[in-house]
Amino acid sequence: MAAFLLRRLALLVPTLFFVSVLIFGLQQLLPGDPALVMAGDNADPTVIAFLRQKYHLDQPLPVRYGLWIEGVAHGDFGESMRLKEPVRDLILEKLPVTAELAGLAILIAIAIGVPAGILAAVKHDSAIDYGATMVALWGISTPNFWLGILLILLFSVTLGWLPASGFVPPTESLKQNLLTLIMPAFVLGNAIAAVMMRHTRSAMLQVMSADYVRTARAKGLGQVSVIIRHALRNALIPVVTLGALECGALLSGAVLTEQVFTIPGFGKLIVDAVFNRDYAVVQGVVLCTAFAYIALNLFADIAYALIDPRLRA
Amino acid sequence: MTTETLDPPRDAPLIREDFGERPWQRTLRLLAERRLAVIGLGIVLFFLAVAILAPLISPYDPLATSWAAVRKPPSLLHPFGTDEIGRDVLARVIWGTRASLLAGLVSVSLALAAGVPIGLVSGYCGGVVDGTLMRMVDAMLAIPFLILAIALAAFLGPSLANAMIAIGVSQTPIFVRLTRGQVLAVKHEEYVEAARAVGNPHHRIVLRHILPNIIPPLLVQTTLAAATAIIAEASLSFLGLGQQPPDPSWGSMLNTAKNFISQAPWMALWPGLAIFLLVLSLNLFGDGLRDALDPRRG
Repeated sequence: MAAFLLRRLALLVPTLFFVSVLIFGLQQLLPGDPALVMAGDNADPTVIAFLRQKYHLDQPLPVRYGLWIEGVAHGDFGESMRLKEPVRDLILEKLPVTAELAGLAILIAIAIGVPAGILAAVKHDSAIDYGATMVALWGISTPNFWLGILLILLFSVTLGWLPASGFVPPTESLKQNLLTLIMPAFVLGNAIAAVMMRHTRSAMLQVMSADYVRTARAKGLGQVSVIIRHALRNALIPVVTLGALECGALLSGAVLTEQVFTIPGFGKLIVDAVFNRDYAVVQGVVLCTAFAYIALNLFADIAYALIDPRLRA
Repeated sequence: MTTETLDPPRDAPLIREDFGERPWQRTLRLLAERRLAVIGLGIVLFFLAVAILAPLISPYDPLATSWAAVRKPPSLLHPFGTDEIGRDVLARVIWGTRASLLAGLVSVSLALAAGVPIGLVSGYCGGVVDGTLMRMVDAMLAIPFLILAIALAAFLGPSLANAMIAIGVSQTPIFVRLTRGQVLAVKHEEYVEAARAVGNPHHRIVLRHILPNIIPPLLVQTTLAAATAIIAEASLSFLGLGQQPPDPSWGSMLNTAKNFISQAPWMALWPGLAIFLLVLSLNLFGDGLRDALDPRRG
């Protein structure tokens, strides 16, 4: 296990290096002089000179990368041009909002996707199986921002049951917090539920024909016991790992969902930063997202290897 | 390559029929047997026709505003209604098909053009080259697809062309990974070894012997990637980073519609339905194609 862990961690070093180069390199895509772009139209030459010095734009590229990565290593992601606040503080402020939304979305995705996948596998080739497969296809093909708009139309505009937008922190009112988040969380969880349903279904189908399941049946165990105690426990291992990979889709989806429901989270932060040419914030958010994604996948790999010894080889 | 070197027994007509069938004929037959895939392909072709014939079939100019027809609900005159400045929604949905299909086509072509050669080199060369390229791909895959596309579009500047580049670049690592995996799976096959043994140069082995044999999974991935690219273009346009107003795009139409949801819900219905239908059809076709190309399924 220690060797597996070391090998897995060693692979992370070049990946993290290339991620940092990629994100640093984004700034080089800016057409023309970055200082001119950052300063905006008709900026004072002294402002331009100040920006050039502040962001070390007068230094060679490798030196600039070195200075930037040194700052990142110390938790310094730069300063927001618009809000005049450290990017790190902005991210820490918005992170809990997106984390709560994503957490609720995962719960919804599991609550829908896993039972639907089990049912589809158990009733293989039946109307239920086809129905669940079609619903999953619908979930994958529906753009979540459109689903969000349709749900606002139904539950907020027509029925008046739920607020159309905004966010109430749980510390202020847990009930209002859940009321504001239930629709966005469903929208975000919907597509992931569809993917989870597909994974659970195929994993269950594979496991259901395994010898040990047949043995469990031959022993005279009931259908529910065979499915829950024998099949599901083994089928869920790949589902959990693939679920970690879906976190990328979750973070991407959060950007759009937060935009539709005007939730002041991570996604809204990056979109607002893009339109305000707040490049340090864009870079900071992308970097944090990448780190979070890498860490989640590392944990999933370790968890998988702990459960399944064959993978440690 | 001929497949008719052996004569099947006379009393086995079914075997004879399968024997004479070329791989592409078999794929077409299996694809035609899958009703959902055929429906999917039909809808994709319908949207393609709409995009090509847009100037002929569009009832109005998609940019023409009319203050007398602001936010009118669907009627005989405007079957899909009108938007907040009196433009015909049907005309804009028809012209918006071009942006979506173009985004699907161009970005996937870019991803294929960059991803397949890198994947071929990585898989064939192995060693340090493979290791370095794979770590670069891991780095790109570590940034969620849409976030990377947003960041690229942000730094390149908002436009449909830049959105397509951003989506293409973001999809490249998927094709690199897939191609490399396929190359690793076939590079020690006997026919590749034979090609090497008779003294073929590396580029010829890769292009003439390996590439044609790894096309099926790439074809399936291309279809599914086109569906992803269309949603991504709509997402970027929805965020204001794709097609710029007043040019029509389904995503930007939904962005505007969001602000008039209680007064003019039809503005949100049709462009969303168009994205959903096109993406669903591509997914249905892609799933069918995967089944038809899988030699284990008959």
